[in-house]
Amino acid sequence: MNFNARGAWAIYKSELSRAWRAFFQTILSPVLTTSLYFIVFGAAIGGRIEQAGGVPYGAFIIPGLLLLTLLTETTTNASFGIFMPRFTGSIYELLSAPVGVAETLIGFVGAAATKSLIISTIILATATLFVDYTIIHPLWAICFIVMTAAAFALFGFIIGVWAEGFERLQIIPLVVLTPLTFLGGTFYSIEMLAEPWRTVALFNPVVYLVNGLRWTFYGTSDVDIAVSAGLTGLFLALCTGIIAWIFRTGWKLRS
Amino acid sequence: MASPDATLHGVESILDIKGLTKIYPDGLKALDDVDLEVRRGEIFALLGPNGAGKTTLIGAVCGMVRPTNGTIHAFGHDTARDWRSARAKIGLVPQELGFDIFETVQRSVAFSRGLFGCPPDPARLEEILRSLSLWDKRDSQIRHLSGGMKRRVLIAKALAHDPELLFLDEPTAGVDVELRRDMWRLIEELRDGGTTIILTTHYIDEAEEMADRVGVIQDGRLLLVEEKHALIARMGRVEALFRLASPLAAIPPELATYPLSLTEGGTRLCYRGSGREADGEVAALVQAMVGAGVLFTSLDIHESSLEDVFVDLMESAR
Repeated sequence: MNFNARGAWAIYKSELSRAWRAFFQTILSPVLTTSLYFIVFGAAIGGRIEQAGGVPYGAFIIPGLLLLTLLTETTTNASFGIFMPRFTGSIYELLSAPVGVAETLIGFVGAAATKSLIISTIILATATLFVDYTIIHPLWAICFIVMTAAAFALFGFIIGVWAEGFERLQIIPLVVLTPLTFLGGTFYSIEMLAEPWRTVALFNPVVYLVNGLRWTFYGTSDVDIAVSAGLTGLFLALCTGIIAWIFRTGWKLRS
Repeated sequence: MASPDATLHGVESILDIKGLTKIYPDGLKALDDVDLEVRRGEIFALLGPNGAGKTTLIGAVCGMVRPTNGTIHAFGHDTARDWRSARAKIGLVPQELGFDIFETVQRSVAFSRGLFGCPPDPARLEEILRSLSLWDKRDSQIRHLSGGMKRRVLIAKALAHDPELLFLDEPTAGVDVELRRDMWRLIEELRDGGTTIILTTHYIDEAEEMADRVGVIQDGRLLLVEEKHALIARMGRVEALFRLASPLAAIPPELATYPLSLTEGGTRLCYRGSGREADGEVAALVQAMVGAGVLFTSLDIHESSLEDVFVDLMESAR
């Protein structure tokens, strides 16, 4: 046996069923929150704001809002996925089963990414109720969303292995991801910023993610789209490398 | 340390541990150069006080613990390199209850089967759940079950992929008498079905009741591995207490060759023998007493159990 496909499928299925069980928390709540943003910023206030980045403000904020939810939800979901077995003690089963890094990642990260794609789809569908928008590069948009979801699911997995308690588990999405996304050009084009803040913003990696996704939607971007794609790929590779190291050394998983 | 045993000679070994040592980062030496061979079809009891290294030994075989030194072969597979093939045939019932408590019994057990790479088999699943009296609870969330039922779920999960080698880590710690009997019955059934079983326990009567062979572990060192009956016979003691018809001032010279002592003002004669011959010696002693005119009104014979053997071993190892 070289690859335990049934094992990977078992993890994937059980993770999705966990999400389904907590439907309100994992699916409905992020959709509801994002809808509120659409109503407040897109429909209510957006009508009084001029165009941003060449598109109506309501449409302009959609990619950023989608990413805000995508990053925090994917990270949280994936980190809970691996943290809960560690917390309850059921991790013994994973460690004693014929599953390795590939099966574990496909199971946990795949499920977290899948949940994010479901959430993204619902959010984009909901957005059409409040704002008029079209996606000019739909295929690229899907690629970009899938890649981002995968990267942050890996990132969440690392946090779930690293965290010793619930506080640490929540701290990265709350204290790092949310501020970076808010400041990452979700609600504004960084062209609107005065120096030195415009240069400072370029050091925020989320700026590249938001602009990358915005380009797939509207064809406009504050930064070079190749840099966006490259950074996302780099982050994906970095997380994969860290996880490979975790499995090789058994860090925090095997004593 | 495992000496070849004539009665089990030629039986295939399915677990072969050599020089296994585990030193934790804090410097604790949980396992110290352990050699152990377990044969197909036997029930092997690993006996030792809390903290002796029993769970670490299991963890090293199953994959939760990374050995510092030594090799482990299960079914001929090196568990460090060929771990997929080895683990697929091993089941583990851990000591601590640990599962997703919001999952239902049936789904949890089905998950375990899939995790170990087996295709779904509803008929087998039903069989396992029925054998553990869990079938009626199959759709209950695990959190609604009693402690004993939860332990049964852990066993069901461990059996879900029909392992050839089953580890039971303290299977009856903190369970009631009824479940304990059920557990023993189940273990017998599994053994009859060909499963090799390694259990750890600090209840000696458990090992005495079930095990074919016993290993005694303390402070990470495997003190001995022996066939249970041979161990009791070799290390066991026989105590015979005679209540005498009339008190004796001293042990008569005819009885001087026996290990005897007089107690309670000469009204009790106590024999303490050890080893294989002790039983026969008591019979000879009775004849000799009759010959010497020492009469007794009652006789109480007590053969030492594995527990006495264990206590002796622990004391002599300190």
